[in-house]
Amino acid sequence: MHDPRSAAAAAAVMLPFEGPRGPRPRKALSTRNIFIYGTLLLFAFYYLLPLYVMIVTSLKGMPEIRMGNIFSPPVEITFEPWVKAWSEVCTGLNCDGLSRGFWNSVRITVPSVILSIAIASVNGYALANWRFKGADAFFTILIFGAFIPYQVMLYPLVIILREMGLYGTLWGLVLVHSIFGMPILTLLFRNYFTSLPEELFKAARVDGAGFWGIYLKIMLPMSLPIFVVAIILQVTGIWNDFLFGVVYTKPDVYPMTVQLNNIVNSVQGVKEYNVNMAATLLTGLVPLFVYFVSGKLFVRGIAAGAVKG
Amino acid sequence: MSSVVVRDVSLNFGTVEVLKSLNIEVDKGEFLVLLGPSGCGKSTLLNCIAGLLDVSDGQIFINGKNVTWEQPKDRGIGMVFQSYALYPQMSVEGNLSFGLKNARLPKDEIDRRVKRASEILQIEPLLKRKPMALSGGQRQRVAIGRALVRDVEVFLFDEPLSNLDAKLRNELRVEIKRLHQRLENTMIYVTHDQIEAMTLADRIAVMRGGIIQQLDAPQAIYNKPVNRFVAGFIGSPGMNFIEGLVDGGDGKPRFRAGDAAIDIGRYGFENGAPYGSKAVFGVRPEHVAVGEAAVSMPVNLDAAIEIVEPMGSDTLAWTKVGGQNFSIRIESEKAPAVGDRIRIGFDPVRASLFDAGSDARI
Amino acid sequence: MAAEGRPNQLFRNLNSKIASIPMILTALVVFAGGTIWTVIYSFTDSKLLPRLNFVGLDQYERLWASSRWIISIQNILIYGVCSLVLSLLIGFLLAALLDQKIRFENTFRTIFLYPFALSFVVTGLVWQWVLNPEFGLQSVVRSLGWTSFTFDPLYNQEIVIFGILIAGLWQGTGLVMCLMLAGMRGIDEEIWKAAKIDGIPTWKTYVLIIIPMMRPVFITTLVLIASGIVRLYDLVVAQTSGGPGIASEVPAKYVYDSLFLRQNLGQGFAASTMMLLTVLVVLIPWAYLEFGGRRKNA
Repeated sequence: MHDPRSAAAAAAVMLPFEGPRGPRPRKALSTRNIFIYGTLLLFAFYYLLPLYVMIVTSLKGMPEIRMGNIFSPPVEITFEPWVKAWSEVCTGLNCDGLSRGFWNSVRITVPSVILSIAIASVNGYALANWRFKGADAFFTILIFGAFIPYQVMLYPLVIILREMGLYGTLWGLVLVHSIFGMPILTLLFRNYFTSLPEELFKAARVDGAGFWGIYLKIMLPMSLPIFVVAIILQVTGIWNDFLFGVVYTKPDVYPMTVQLNNIVNSVQGVKEYNVNMAATLLTGLVPLFVYFVSGKLFVRGIAAGAVKG
Repeated sequence: MSSVVVRDVSLNFGTVEVLKSLNIEVDKGEFLVLLGPSGCGKSTLLNCIAGLLDVSDGQIFINGKNVTWEQPKDRGIGMVFQSYALYPQMSVEGNLSFGLKNARLPKDEIDRRVKRASEILQIEPLLKRKPMALSGGQRQRVAIGRALVRDVEVFLFDEPLSNLDAKLRNELRVEIKRLHQRLENTMIYVTHDQIEAMTLADRIAVMRGGIIQQLDAPQAIYNKPVNRFVAGFIGSPGMNFIEGLVDGGDGKPRFRAGDAAIDIGRYGFENGAPYGSKAVFGVRPEHVAVGEAAVSMPVNLDAAIEIVEPMGSDTLAWTKVGGQNFSIRIESEKAPAVGDRIRIGFDPVRASLFDAGSDARI
Repeated sequence: MAAEGRPNQLFRNLNSKIASIPMILTALVVFAGGTIWTVIYSFTDSKLLPRLNFVGLDQYERLWASSRWIISIQNILIYGVCSLVLSLLIGFLLAALLDQKIRFENTFRTIFLYPFALSFVVTGLVWQWVLNPEFGLQSVVRSLGWTSFTFDPLYNQEIVIFGILIAGLWQGTGLVMCLMLAGMRGIDEEIWKAAKIDGIPTWKTYVLIIIPMMRPVFITTLVLIASGIVRLYDLVVAQTSGGPGIASEVPAKYVYDSLFLRQNLGQGFAASTMMLLTVLVVLIPWAYLEFGGRRKNA
């Protein structure tokens, strides 16, 4: 009995040992790499530039802005524009700064997120596990509704809210956000609940659990990730909304985006670009925070909403 | 003349060693099977040979040429994948000719090759169809055809039958064997299915943990596995293993396990009997005789049947030897019933003994 | 059980039906009802308040006679086509580059996607500042020595829509990149291996094999971008307020202004109905392909 390994080695000896060995040589500066990283860096510059300009401008004093160019870093860093944007800047007769809009947005976003997710998760659960006759028809209308331009439904909703006595109030806007968040969220939850093993649902039914029992005791504990995705989706979406805010609320309860636009685009007075940029950054801070903290989940959220449709 | 030589090939992903200094030499026209459980590195090795993965160290020769740094297309190989990897929007003909067109071969040459490949694989009626419209077996034929038209010396197969159902798998297995006999190409074939390996291979390389455990002809691996892993991986139903002790002296070694004492005087030790050491005794269920035939065997034991598993032509009967589970393969007509006491016997020459610590053959 | 008769159909699955009331109300009253209501009232002469005094197609004739509306349509067409083509192109290019097993992939992806987290209002205001001719890009390039350099899209009626496009792409291409990347990662790796064995160059593999395989992703992305384009509103309001003059007006703004600023409800309804019509033209073929096709396969 010969040892095949030594035989192989013996025969292979006839082949030269010199010549290429190990990994292919790679040049760090190959044309391919230069193209790839060059293009990526170019685009990274395009995407980062506005953020950089915003930050730099918000830290400069007005004289410095008038003198220099917008790309140069501040010679003298000042936080005054931030303070002014937060608590002093005027919109109309109110001169208590963007903090008013911030707290309005908080008071709009929190209940909207809770209400819309509560409704949509139950809807999705009903559609996935307790389908009744006609449910799919409603669902189809709902999904179509996601693509209908909001403009078509703006005025009818004004009438509905006025009839309910909610027009111009925070709660009216909360209701509007819950309505327009419903298609995408319902789809999200329906798809998620459908992907859970059906045996689980059947076993619970055999054990005698009912509609709400299964939802609360079985489905909810298993769906933490999808709730997080939904929360990310809704917090950024509602915080960033402008159209509904401007249509369905009054100046006193304007959300942050609307107030920001009114501050920056007001025609009165001297333009204070540093305060404007500080205000803009402040408004973008919440969604940016959500984005950087949630990382991959954010991507998953938008992909879940988009691709699965 | 060797067709493919793998010399000292290692591959690391970061700190993980996937392949550890492997050496293989494949002869021209040989059918080599890389066999092992998932994660053993067999597919990785094949990808290294194909040039789809960069090796961390070592060299690869194909047809006497050092191809370690060559692109896959320049290595003179064709490859067939588990998922077929057909280009879905092209017709079968398009799939077969795409690589050739890209290499700017003359049109009549392309036509000739496509015609020949489709004849060999009997896919001529399918040429105008899209992969979507084909069955799994037909798709895999097309995938083989795509390797065939490349007119190369070496074919690489990466688990090509694993996505097919059992019946189709058997059919295509025979067809691959027929193809090999007709073309006489070198073929390297990765699988985790030991039956595929046994039926197809000229030689099998059994791998585990990035190391080749044994590289030999199928029969040699079946009869003389070099360690307990190979012994257990090859053969179905699996080999019986009894843990015990090598005992005795003066050229009369015995294997003791519980109340059983087996005379292993006839066993061919590699380096003499290691008296007093713990060992594992392995015997294949099909090498155990029962009844009349058992009496004439060098080793005889009494056994009570506990479980009977009919498998069609054969029946697998379970008993205990030395207090440990032991299976016997019996022709179904002679199958015992549960509770029967029968005589079983076997020849230690056909058995295997492994060291209890290192699992290596002794 | 069966002998005692089936329980009343209405009460089967009752809890599920109760739970679905919000969805049913939203679908029927707001989405279907609201849409139909608007379409109907677009044929009336409603001014300050909606009233059912039908005037046929009057509102539509006035709409299409309005230069403001015509400009809006032109703008949305230019913006739409450019935005579709460019965001698909850039999104795909970036995704393909990120797909090359590069270093810092996560960093690049984070950079490309973060604008998508920001609102259109923030986007519009930032770019309003960056494109400010007095202090922004133009003045910086001029101060570098190229004194005749002119790039002031927000103050030039001819090119103002491209100024908005730059901002829109900045905000939205990250999403397209993300969807494309997800699509690419979903493609069987063995396809790539097969193409390598066949010796197909990378770019050719993308164009001839990968893109056709990603057709569903492209369609979904297309629908998504398109529905976003039709809604273009906040960005314009924040960046240019429709100016200079009415050079950057868009349909969604026309609707809002008619409804809530100019007390001309009929015009708003007619304009929004036109928007709905455009969306349906895109949506119905897509829904047919997507769902009709799926049924055929099943």
